[in-house]
Amino acid sequence: MKDNVFTEVKDLLTHNLRTSGIYIAFVAIILIFTFTTGGTLLSPENVTNIILQNAHILIMALGMILVIVGGHIDLSVGSVLAFASAVSAVVVIKMGMPWWVGVVAAIVVGIVVGVWQGFWVAYVGIPAFIVTLAGMLLFRGLTYLVLDNVSLSPFPHGYREVASGFLDGIFGSITISEGEGLKAVPVTADIFTLVIGVLAVVGLVVSSLRTRRTRQSYNQSVESNFLFVLKIVLVSVVILAFTWALAYNRGFPYVLITVAVLILIYNVVTNRTVFGRHVYSVGGNLSAARLSGVNVRSVNFWVMVNMGFLTGIAAAVFSSRSNGAQPGMGNMFELDVIAACFIGGASTMGGVGRVGGALVGGLVMAVMTNGMQLMGVPQSLQLVIKGLVLLLAVAFDIYNKRRAGATR
Amino acid sequence: MSDAILEMRNIIKNFPGVKVLKDVSLSVERGEIHAICGENGAGKSTLMKVLSGVYPHGSFDGEIVFDGETQRFSAIKDSERAGIVIIHQELALVPYLSVAENIFLGNEVLKGGLIDWNQANVRAMELMERVGLKENPTTPVAQLGVGKQQLIEIAKALTKDVKLLILDEPTAALNDTDSEHLLGLLRDLREQGITCIIISHKLGEIVDIADSTTIIRDGETIETIDMRGPDATQNRIIRGMVGRSLDNRFPDRTPDVGEEIFRVENWSVWHPTQAGRVVVDDASISVRAGEIVGIAGLMGAGRTEFMMSVFGRSYGRDARGKVFLHGKEIKTRTVKEAIKNKIAYVSEDRKQYGLNLISDIKTNVSSSALTKVATASIFVNSNEEAKVAEQFRKDLNIKSPTVAQVVGNLSGGNQQKVVLSKWLYTDPEVLILDEPTRGIDVGAKYEIYEIIGALAAAGKAVIVVSSELPELLGLSDRVYSLAYGRITGELSAAEATQESLMSLMTIEPNSSKEAAA
Repeated sequence: MKDNVFTEVKDLLTHNLRTSGIYIAFVAIILIFTFTTGGTLLSPENVTNIILQNAHILIMALGMILVIVGGHIDLSVGSVLAFASAVSAVVVIKMGMPWWVGVVAAIVVGIVVGVWQGFWVAYVGIPAFIVTLAGMLLFRGLTYLVLDNVSLSPFPHGYREVASGFLDGIFGSITISEGEGLKAVPVTADIFTLVIGVLAVVGLVVSSLRTRRTRQSYNQSVESNFLFVLKIVLVSVVILAFTWALAYNRGFPYVLITVAVLILIYNVVTNRTVFGRHVYSVGGNLSAARLSGVNVRSVNFWVMVNMGFLTGIAAAVFSSRSNGAQPGMGNMFELDVIAACFIGGASTMGGVGRVGGALVGGLVMAVMTNGMQLMGVPQSLQLVIKGLVLLLAVAFDIYNKRRAGATR
Repeated sequence: MSDAILEMRNIIKNFPGVKVLKDVSLSVERGEIHAICGENGAGKSTLMKVLSGVYPHGSFDGEIVFDGETQRFSAIKDSERAGIVIIHQELALVPYLSVAENIFLGNEVLKGGLIDWNQANVRAMELMERVGLKENPTTPVAQLGVGKQQLIEIAKALTKDVKLLILDEPTAALNDTDSEHLLGLLRDLREQGITCIIISHKLGEIVDIADSTTIIRDGETIETIDMRGPDATQNRIIRGMVGRSLDNRFPDRTPDVGEEIFRVENWSVWHPTQAGRVVVDDASISVRAGEIVGIAGLMGAGRTEFMMSVFGRSYGRDARGKVFLHGKEIKTRTVKEAIKNKIAYVSEDRKQYGLNLISDIKTNVSSSALTKVATASIFVNSNEEAKVAEQFRKDLNIKSPTVAQVVGNLSGGNQQKVVLSKWLYTDPEVLILDEPTRGIDVGAKYEIYEIIGALAAAGKAVIVVSSELPELLGLSDRVYSLAYGRITGELSAAEATQESLMSLMTIEPNSSKEAAA
């Protein structure tokens, strides 16, 4: 029995080395930086910070993974984010519209940009590299125009809440300790956040069980009971620890709700929808997809529109967090987003890549940046290390592919 | 038979699962034009790749003696240094570079480490004169016609001090005047002492020019015919090319032919990039329920182009003609439309056009009819999908433990079964199978034939395109022959023989030669 489980785990790891490699690396990086920062990395404040600081990158990575799987690239997301933020800032700050109009404006701008770029990529047939390279300049220029070359700030309270607000106090809080010392401040944890954590675990267990049961009813292979339980327990522990950290600190950030909902949606889109499948088939073998009746143009078009849509959301989040719009904002974001996808196992040739991978890829970069900042590593060295990590991740990908090719 | 410039002895070359060259021996006299004939897939190109070092020494068995020395080429460079130059069917010129640049590519005229363009252009002029070409050496190659490009290839070969020139289908893309000129040039080169090996399907040409002809069949040398003797006729060569025994390589089946299902009328297709070039010219075919119809034609006859353009305009700049299903005209302007109208096309190149090699069996099987396993046509039910794929895995005997296996790891025969599953799942009435057994070993071939037979028995209209005449004869109830984009004949299974088909397949446009059948 024990042997079986071991071989099963071994199989799981070797067969999914391409994707599991990044998870292992992620855990390793967390452990390393927890050690080097003396535990600060995993402190409740810092965990909350990492989420808040990188939400926009994670959101855009969800779109970028589809773009890359489809065999394209989008270099314009940084500029588009700036442009959408600028429009939103003008609408809210200059014109005095309510905060939510600004959010909607950012998203609409994102979609319109997506339609524009999608048109050139899908219907004119210009490689996305070129279209979005042009877009990078174009939308940066438009940002300058819209902002009239000056920064706009501050946003009203409502808008700032988008990225910096916390859902807490709905169910009150529990007191953990009364605090120490003369000016004792009671240490509390937000109940609502804990409830969400528990609900997430329950949801995980229920949906895993259901999937397992349907698979069994279809006579599909499933992991052994031991491994199944082990997986659920591990993931549950991580979720609970994570929500505990949040609850302990400031409660549940709104932006985390946005990110979580988007992750769930895009997981379904990539894994379970016809559209998602078509993206993978177009990226995997364009000619075969076309000869299978896939409308390649429409797939390419919607992939770009979707990227614009998510960039719009990311713009609302990021401008809210930075409390304004600056002409130079979002510079080089495209590189972080693209790096997240490739570190997460997406193939430069298209056809391969997972939402989970892109998220972990994004988090790897986030944790590394954060950890190095905490350690006081100079900016210059941080860039060097991040560059090397990206290079190694893609080298690993190519090595894997070559090995797969050799056994073919 | 004294002065052989080239002796290839007992060449054997295996690919995983397939024996391409079983035992080929070839002897070429110095200063002769030696033709090599054989059906598509007989092993001619493989033999030439062995000779030119594309397959390095050690990757095959046998011995090559060139110019009196045993050779061990490990790369094309080695064979070129020895004086062997091969000109492939697909020309290896860089279209945007000039004539002179192409001629001296990889062999540049240098002076002090830099290219001496004046010298290069002058020498290019001399070489062009030798091949009978009057062009400005600075003209980009793309501006010249295929015939002239062919001559530039030969000029390029002459810079390398060539002793043995190998031409693979040199006239396949040329018109009559250009062909004449090229053949004339080969005769001139023979005068200058250059030995030529020419691979060609144009038997008239071979009778015209060759001094001797070696026939290869199924990876074996059959015979070498002295073309100066009385044996030198086209029929003699055809007999050599096809004369193999047809033992029980095909499953028995009794055709049960019903009403007409599928008809294509007056179909013409234009080349995607060369404006005005007609690839398929006014072709009409029909297929009835339960019937297997073969389409015979040599490489470049337009078989695949014909089928792919019918299937959702997947080839060509433009196509004209009508398509009927059950006597009713249908539109097949996009692949989606074609699939909706119950047509399926299994491509000749499964790796490039048929499969997503990096994904698994079940994903490939469902890829043409994904909405059938999707809830509300949006959400893919992966369990249902796996179930469907599992059924096909059992029915078609796909050798793989699970349907989650990545397709790129399967053998050719099993990959082909996955492609077939994918198209069967679209529930077609018309199945177009383009080279359904290419690159598949004999055992798997038999299984594919059985599947094809079962499809016909189920009342489908089946079209089989194949380069292998025995396959067409063994499978089909009726065969159309295609030559130079035209339908040149239609034979029932009873009438068709390899000889009759080969004659129909080699009818050149505007030639007065009548259908031999």
